[in-house]
Amino acid sequence: MPSSEETSRLTLDELKLRLDDIFFLDISTGRSYESLFDALALLPRAKQDFALHWGEVVARTDIELGYLVIELAPEALRQMPATLAERWVIAALDDYDRKGARAAVAVLRDFAGFAQASARQATRLDAVEARLTRFVQGLSGRPLRIAAGQCDDGAWTDTATIFLPPQIDADAALDRYKALAALLWAQARHGTFAVDLAAVLAGSGDPPRAAAWLALLETLRLAARLRRELPGLGRPLDALLAALPADLDAARTALADPAATVSDSVAWLPRLMDRAPPDDPPVGALRADGAQRVRAERIAQDKTILRKAVAALLAVLGKAGGGDKAVDVAIEAAAAGELRIDGEVVALPPEGRAAAQSLLQDLGEIPPECMTPAGSGPWVPTQHAGSGTLATTATQADALYDEWDYRRRAYRRQWCHLYRRELPPGDADYVAEVCRRQAPLIRQIRRRFEALRGEDRVLRRQTDGAEIDLDAVVEAVADQRGGAGSGERLFMRRSRDERSLAAMFMVDMSGSTKGWVNDAEREALVMLCEALETLGDRYAIWGFSGWTRTRCEVYRVKEFGERYDDGVRRRIAAIEAKDYTRMGPPLRHLTTLLLREPAKHRLLVTLSDGRPDDFGDEYRGQYGVEDTRQALLEARQKGVHAYCVTIDRHGADYLRHMYGPASYTVLDDVKKLPLRIADIYRRLTS
Amino acid sequence: MDDVRLHALAPELETLATEPFYQPTGDEVSLFEAAWRRKLPVLLKGPTGCGKTRFVEYMAWRLSRPLVTVACHDDLSTADLVGRYLLLGDETVWLDGPLTAAVRAGAICYLDEIVEARKDTTVAIHPLADTRRVLPVEKRGELVHAADGFMLVVSYNPGYQSVLKELKQSTRQRFVAIDFDYPPADVEAGIVTRETGIDAATAALLVRVAQLTRNLKGQGLDEGASTRLLVHAGHLIADGIAPRIACTAAIARALGDDAEMATSIDDLISAVF
Repeated sequence: MPSSEETSRLTLDELKLRLDDIFFLDISTGRSYESLFDALALLPRAKQDFALHWGEVVARTDIELGYLVIELAPEALRQMPATLAERWVIAALDDYDRKGARAAVAVLRDFAGFAQASARQATRLDAVEARLTRFVQGLSGRPLRIAAGQCDDGAWTDTATIFLPPQIDADAALDRYKALAALLWAQARHGTFAVDLAAVLAGSGDPPRAAAWLALLETLRLAARLRRELPGLGRPLDALLAALPADLDAARTALADPAATVSDSVAWLPRLMDRAPPDDPPVGALRADGAQRVRAERIAQDKTILRKAVAALLAVLGKAGGGDKAVDVAIEAAAAGELRIDGEVVALPPEGRAAAQSLLQDLGEIPPECMTPAGSGPWVPTQHAGSGTLATTATQADALYDEWDYRRRAYRRQWCHLYRRELPPGDADYVAEVCRRQAPLIRQIRRRFEALRGEDRVLRRQTDGAEIDLDAVVEAVADQRGGAGSGERLFMRRSRDERSLAAMFMVDMSGSTKGWVNDAEREALVMLCEALETLGDRYAIWGFSGWTRTRCEVYRVKEFGERYDDGVRRRIAAIEAKDYTRMGPPLRHLTTLLLREPAKHRLLVTLSDGRPDDFGDEYRGQYGVEDTRQALLEARQKGVHAYCVTIDRHGADYLRHMYGPASYTVLDDVKKLPLRIADIYRRLTS
Repeated sequence: MDDVRLHALAPELETLATEPFYQPTGDEVSLFEAAWRRKLPVLLKGPTGCGKTRFVEYMAWRLSRPLVTVACHDDLSTADLVGRYLLLGDETVWLDGPLTAAVRAGAICYLDEIVEARKDTTVAIHPLADTRRVLPVEKRGELVHAADGFMLVVSYNPGYQSVLKELKQSTRQRFVAIDFDYPPADVEAGIVTRETGIDAATAALLVRVAQLTRNLKGQGLDEGASTRLLVHAGHLIADGIAPRIACTAAIARALGDDAEMATSIDDLISAVF
């Protein structure tokens, strides 16, 4: 195959010459290959070469088959990488040798099937996505998403999401994925976007070429940097970069300098602009616009959060002088968690600390303007203009609840109408079926919870009981001789430890849970019930959904006094996706129910799948986040421990703010819910 | 009653003979000394393995006070702390508990993981932790006044999420609280080198591993790798174990049982070593 040096796309004339070369022998068919031109002419040079090369190879065996290869190659290369397409052609030739032309044609025409079959063997991104997500989370310490990009685009990042090839068909694919993810993380971490790339590319004369070359130069710089910081990545990086042309070695050496920055890569760029970048680069072209927009938004938001945090700290310290007296606030890059206020070291709150770390990653320093406190309002990442929902009350609500309006910083009194609803009995066999399917897991959960229950705990030093507590008697005799009263607690009794705990589970039944989430919620509830029955804790389960403030609904699944009987089992089966997620009113209602329970510890666990949401614009966005936060605060003030389990693959930033008053867990994969829920409960209550 | 006989079994308290290694990272030393001079009890907060216990040992040495450490557990009762009568032959002997012994001797009494102890122990702690500085010994009808050098230190890991293990306001508001966290990277690497004898470069890489795992906290990991785990890994490496294997054993497997999380930590380790 031709080298990458002369890679400019073949013109129609050149194509015609090449095709003439391949098919000149074929005068018999009289077929015109004009129809091949259109598809071929639009392909990038590498793919043109692929089609012509393999067309020629196959044509030597069978002219018709060669024609077919060139005809199908453009579409086939859209669905699979070149290495795989090569195997596709060779498989067709194999079949030709063994079974004849017809079989070979069938293989060629079914390239989609071939791609799928081999995709099952290749490493697919979805199989390793969760693992890679944790990997980059470990590297970066801030949320960074992993997503599948297009086969054609190579790997790239907009600094919030890393786009990786949907599948890698090579040995050590996981290492390759890790090296790619680390390189792209490093683009955001080590300043690739710190210069105005859009301007650099525009000034280069050929932006697409410059973007591709600059991506490679940055890859060389960042790979050197990663090797120093994460030596274990050395080998995967070497493998990834092995295919780069040797004439980049000078750039490689220059950019390996620890002091090299993106400016050095930009400075090197003109030396490469006279030739086309390699065909199959390890990373895709830089996309300056998207990355810079995402980065700018994040920086602005982090700055706001940090300034609010500084303002809040100053207010606490009583130094919010309103500008009449200058306060000296400083933060050092080395310890982004700490502020120096008038020389005094103060720790930032977690959200401020995270914002400071994030700014450090983007900018390399904390911009001084962040140290000027902003107004003292709460954190407001997005503001949605609210459009009030009209209230029409046709029926009498079971309860009315106040709702927190963060803009007024006050409650809207008696604003939400809450209805208690019954669930129709669902499939009687559902729970039994889950128990059968998950039998090993349930057995395991039961065993663990039995351990938690402490079996029949021996209570020593009781005033009465079945046996005499010898230790107590000995001690009592000793006490008596020593002159102290002997006491009467001389017995021991076997008894279950009184846990005195009431747990309320609040299950999201909004429309967004339809499908997998709903299945997982129901399975999780079955696991929980099995576990809690073993434990003997008092618990209740309610579902919630609703449609605007005039119809907030809670669905009874199990009440505190109720036994885990057939009715409860059928109601678990009947839990289904309904309308919206207005979380405040059900939180307040269930808190009220929980407070009626005579228990020393009260636990409210919510299961939901993300952001609060309701019909109309109002509850969606900041309003809903703030009201939910307020409802959780109220619960805490009343002595209820709230714990939120949320399924949110992207672990969005608002979670920390919204669930701040409670503790929470984010599951990135809904399938883990049934497995994890019992564990979460165990951790909460032991 | 013969007091000599009654005290026959009082535990012996000694001051630390050699200086324990502790690397200060902030104002904790001066804060602790001030609290000690002013007779205020101290609450140490922070994740496990970040040096709380070592700090107390160091301070005890620095202030030349005997140190009594009690690791609290869920069966630890007031009698275990305060003391009890024992029968020896036909004699009855009173044995001071560790807390009483410390109070009498003017020692530093360190109750590690205070939330683990039974709730009735607060009865003993509360009057000691305010201006009264007394310990009621109910069985002897005695009120032991704390000797001058006595100081109560408790530790607490706020990372636990159990609702049953929160420190009550009435308890926590008696203490001067000092926050502990993992030290800055270079300091932490220095500690690992000093404790294990591995070279500075390897120690720096170990700290890098720890930082990567700490980034995973809350993403399925309850805690990141502590300084203590790094020291363990460092010891293994110093003894000739390959770094990657040492980290897997001392860090990845020690952090949890979840197989997926373990693979992720292994991924991070293999990115460093």
